[in-house]
Amino acid sequence: MDTNLIWQSLPQLFSGLMITIQITGISLVIGLLLAVPVALMRVSKSKILWMPSYAFMFYFRGTPLLVQIFLVYYGSGQFQEILSDMGLWVFFREAYFCAVLTFILNTAAYTAEILRGAIQAVPFGEIEAGLSCGMSKATLYRRIILPKAFRLAWPAYTNEVIFLLQATSLISIITLMDITGVARFVAAQTFAFYELFLTAAVFYLILVYGLLFVFKKIEYRLSAHLRAGES
Amino acid sequence: MELFDLNGYGWLLWKGVRLTLLVGMGAMGVAMVLGLISSWGKLSSSRLALGFANTYTTVVRGVPELVMILLVYYGVPTLIQDLSASFGYSVTINLDPFTAGVVTLGFIYGAFSTEVFRGALLAVPKGQIEAARAVGMGKILAFRRIIFPQMWRFALPGIGNVWMVLIKATSLISIIQLPELMRNADIASRATQKPFTFFIIASFFYLGITIISNLIQKKAENWADRGVRRI
Repeated sequence: MDTNLIWQSLPQLFSGLMITIQITGISLVIGLLLAVPVALMRVSKSKILWMPSYAFMFYFRGTPLLVQIFLVYYGSGQFQEILSDMGLWVFFREAYFCAVLTFILNTAAYTAEILRGAIQAVPFGEIEAGLSCGMSKATLYRRIILPKAFRLAWPAYTNEVIFLLQATSLISIITLMDITGVARFVAAQTFAFYELFLTAAVFYLILVYGLLFVFKKIEYRLSAHLRAGES
Repeated sequence: MELFDLNGYGWLLWKGVRLTLLVGMGAMGVAMVLGLISSWGKLSSSRLALGFANTYTTVVRGVPELVMILLVYYGVPTLIQDLSASFGYSVTINLDPFTAGVVTLGFIYGAFSTEVFRGALLAVPKGQIEAARAVGMGKILAFRRIIFPQMWRFALPGIGNVWMVLIKATSLISIIQLPELMRNADIASRATQKPFTFFIIASFFYLGITIISNLIQKKAENWADRGVRRI
C-alpha cells in the first residue's frame, strides 16, 4: 500500500469533503423547506392538492437518484433552445446546479413522506384540545401539529440525512469533485485504486457516524419532556 | 410524438430491463444469505461472531454504494495483485461487471437484511421455541421447522423495502459498464442526442418495476400471514 500517495492526496480530499458537506447542507435545508408544503398538501382532503404532491413523491421515491440526476443534467440539453430563451440555460449547463436541484427535489419527496407519516401520527386528542381552545386551522398546525410531527419524524429524518450524504457521491459521475470525485480522479491518474477508495470510505465513515452522533444528541434533547420523571 | 420517438432503440432498453432484474435478483439472493448468516452472528453468544456481524453492518452502512462498487471493481483486483506480488507471485484478476455488481450489491444489502432478519428472529414468540425444545427437537430442527417458517411473517415487509432500494441501486452498476437499463439508456441517448427521452423512459421502467414489486409484496405478505386469525 502506497501510504505516501494517500498522504499527498489528503489536501485534495479535504477540498472534496467541503464540496460534499456544502451540497448536502444546501440540499437538506431547501429540501426541508419544500417538504413541509408538499407534506401538508399530501394530507389535505382536496384532490387538487393531494394528487400532485402524491405524484411528485411517487415519482421521486420510485426511481433511482442516478436517473433523476441524468434527467436534469443531460436531459435539459434536449431543451437547450427553450431554456436559453427563458434565460435558464446558464443554470442548467452547470453540473453543480443540476446536482443540487435534483437532490433538493429528491430529499423533499422522501422528507415529505416522513412528515406525512408523522403528521398523521399526531394523537387526535391533542388536535381536539387545540380545536376546543378555538384555534384556527393555521394556528393548530403551527402550534400543535407541526411541532409534534417534527419531533416524531426526527429519527426517520436522521436516516434520510445519512442517505442524502451518501447519495452526494453520485455527483462524481457528472464530473464534480466531491470526496468520491477526487478519489476517482487521483486513482485514475496513479492507478492506486484501493488506496484512494479506502481512504474515501474512511472519510465517509467518519462523516456518517459523526453526523449520527450529533443527531442522536438532538433527539435526546427533543425528548426531554419524556424523561421528566427521571432523576 | 417526436419527443417519444425511440429511433429503434426500444429493444436495447428492454434488454437492459432484463439485465437489471437479473442483477437485482442475484444480488438479493446474496443479500438474503449474508443477512441470515450475519443476523445469526448478531444473536449468537459467540463474541467473535458478534464482532464480525457488528463490524460488517457498521462499515457497510457508513460507506456510499458507489464508493463500495468502485472499491470492489477497481480496488480489489489491484489489491490482490499487489498482495500476491509481495509474496512473489503474479496473479491477474479481472472481475466482470456482472459478478462485481451482484457481489457488491449483495454485500451492501446483506447488511441491511441483517437488521431485518435479526428483528424477525426476535419477533418469533419465545413460547414457540420452548415448545419445540420441549418435544425434543434439536436446535437445528427447531430452527428449520419452527422459527424459520414463522420468521417470514415478520421479515417480509422489511425484505420488501430492501428489494425496493436494491433494485434502484442497480442503476449504479452502469458506471462499471454493465449494459443494464441505465447504461443502455445512456448509450441510446448519446446515439440519438435525445437524453431526456431515454432517461425519462428508463425512469418509467424503474417505476414499473417498483409498482409490480409492490403488488407481489402484498401477495407475499398475505401468504405469510395466512396462519393469523383476522377479525
